[in-house]
Amino acid sequence: MSDIRKKFDELRPAYPPGMDASLVLPLLHAAQEANGCVGEGDAAAIAACAGVPDIQVSEALTWYTMFRREPPGRHVVKVCRNISCSLRGAERVVEHLRKRLGVDVGGTSADGRFTLLTVECLASCGTAPAMQVGDTYHENLDEAGVDRVLDGLR
Amino acid sequence: MTTAERVFFTFDPTGESHGLDAYRRRGGYEALVKAVRALQPADVAREVTTSGLRGRGGANFPVGQKWSLVDRTRGTVYLCCNADEGEPGTFKDRWILEHSPHQLIEGMLLAAYALGVRNAFVYIRGEFDLPLRRLRGALEEARAAGLVGERVLGTPFTCDIVVHRGAGAYVCGEESSLINSLEGRKGYPRNKPPFPAIRGLYQMPTVVNNVETLSSIPWIVASGGAAYAAIGSKSNPGSRLFGISGHVKRPGIYEHPTGYPMKSIIFDDAGGVLEGKALKAVIPGGSSTPVLTAAEVENVTLDADSLRQAGSMLGSGGVIVVAEGTCMVRLLQVLTRFYAHESCGQCTPCREGTGWMDDILVRILAGKGRRADLESLRSIPEGILGKTVCALGDAAAMPVMSFVRKFGDEFEYFVEHGRSRYDGRLEA
Repeated sequence: MSDIRKKFDELRPAYPPGMDASLVLPLLHAAQEANGCVGEGDAAAIAACAGVPDIQVSEALTWYTMFRREPPGRHVVKVCRNISCSLRGAERVVEHLRKRLGVDVGGTSADGRFTLLTVECLASCGTAPAMQVGDTYHENLDEAGVDRVLDGLR
Repeated sequence: MTTAERVFFTFDPTGESHGLDAYRRRGGYEALVKAVRALQPADVAREVTTSGLRGRGGANFPVGQKWSLVDRTRGTVYLCCNADEGEPGTFKDRWILEHSPHQLIEGMLLAAYALGVRNAFVYIRGEFDLPLRRLRGALEEARAAGLVGERVLGTPFTCDIVVHRGAGAYVCGEESSLINSLEGRKGYPRNKPPFPAIRGLYQMPTVVNNVETLSSIPWIVASGGAAYAAIGSKSNPGSRLFGISGHVKRPGIYEHPTGYPMKSIIFDDAGGVLEGKALKAVIPGGSSTPVLTAAEVENVTLDADSLRQAGSMLGSGGVIVVAEGTCMVRLLQVLTRFYAHESCGQCTPCREGTGWMDDILVRILAGKGRRADLESLRSIPEGILGKTVCALGDAAAMPVMSFVRKFGDEFEYFVEHGRSRYDGRLEA
């Protein structure tokens, strides 16, 4: 709670008066960055700070695809599966990751290091196929490129 | 096009082009200085109207007209930059944010000056990493230089810009959905009217403009609306960023005047189809725009009128190229999966229809398609088109309608034989 309040006080001045509710998404992002996911306590604290009903935060938390309620693996690997990436080999990238990490899409590897997800267009169409590991984009991928990225991670 | 007609590729985007010094060296912020020192807000708005600039996010609505709808008698006016770039095949706004973020900031300041805006927002998609860092860095530089914030350049004009991250929702690129999201809600689109220019962010008049749209304004103010209107095609003038992706040798972002030939961007700029294959199809303006066959693109130009006459749309300028030998049934399912995933759930025709279309295509791909499925793929999109609060329903319907109509024999083959005529190929 106190962490959320601190973050609220830090972010709030950038927004005009009367816009406390606008802090819902920024605070959800902040909570997730701190803990890897958004817990129920954080969601309640966000509602209190932003002055909105609890249900509004719950709706946001469950409706936006980037927010998680369960902790993921240490590295979240998101592979674009949309049209331009599909035309350039996204399926091969996903298949390679599935084999190498030993998980299905949506799963977390047994050692807890990787969560594998597919996502929609990342605006990497000109550098397809692409994936995002954590925040970082990796583009123009093939199987060897995926290996290089994974080998470079702790 | 001449170098002087370029709005974006006025520099080498490989270097430190995103910084303030580099932007100033290429004439950056001169339009802002001119505006706040020598022009009235109405002068800036008039130049934008004269320019004929249209929205670059995909809807192609005249910017001057959008601005003229703002009801300034109702108090505070807000400006939102739509940087929620998510239309598959579109990656031009990312290019601007990464290579020329000050150009967007200057464009926003000019728009804010014209509209009397004190608080402006950039709604940027949550996945963007480098674009976000570049934009935040540029804003810090601009604030330190007295270009953003209290008393811009020592004049009475004051404008703050807040960067607000989305969280993974395609529909938030729709302007009223973006506004709901910025108010801390899930991004359900609103019924219109009232349009955001009348009742937008927190019920106040709000202008939502795309990144590329706003980034074109410094050029327009510096060189004049008439000069901009003289570039490209008459009814949709200007210089735009086109993204080309898919089965081409040199995918990427290219700048051209509107009316540039489609075949030129595919074969000259992008080097032609991969592996020297024949062209099969082109999705001309982002994944939502109806697909065109190779024969249909023969004389098409990158112009709204030309593409409308060909039965499609210019959209967001994201050209997706498909080579001969690609399985159009599997390719369509990539799109139906996307729209089913991104339908926000508010309107029944879209929520249910996108799922049904995807279910049917999944069944066909599994070799279990029925004759009736083809009829359903024709009737379901008809039941969505024009029957939803926002354009996502239309965006989901148009690819299905056009794929099934133009490549119907492939769909029939798949249903009849239980397998793809092209071995399910997606790669060239």
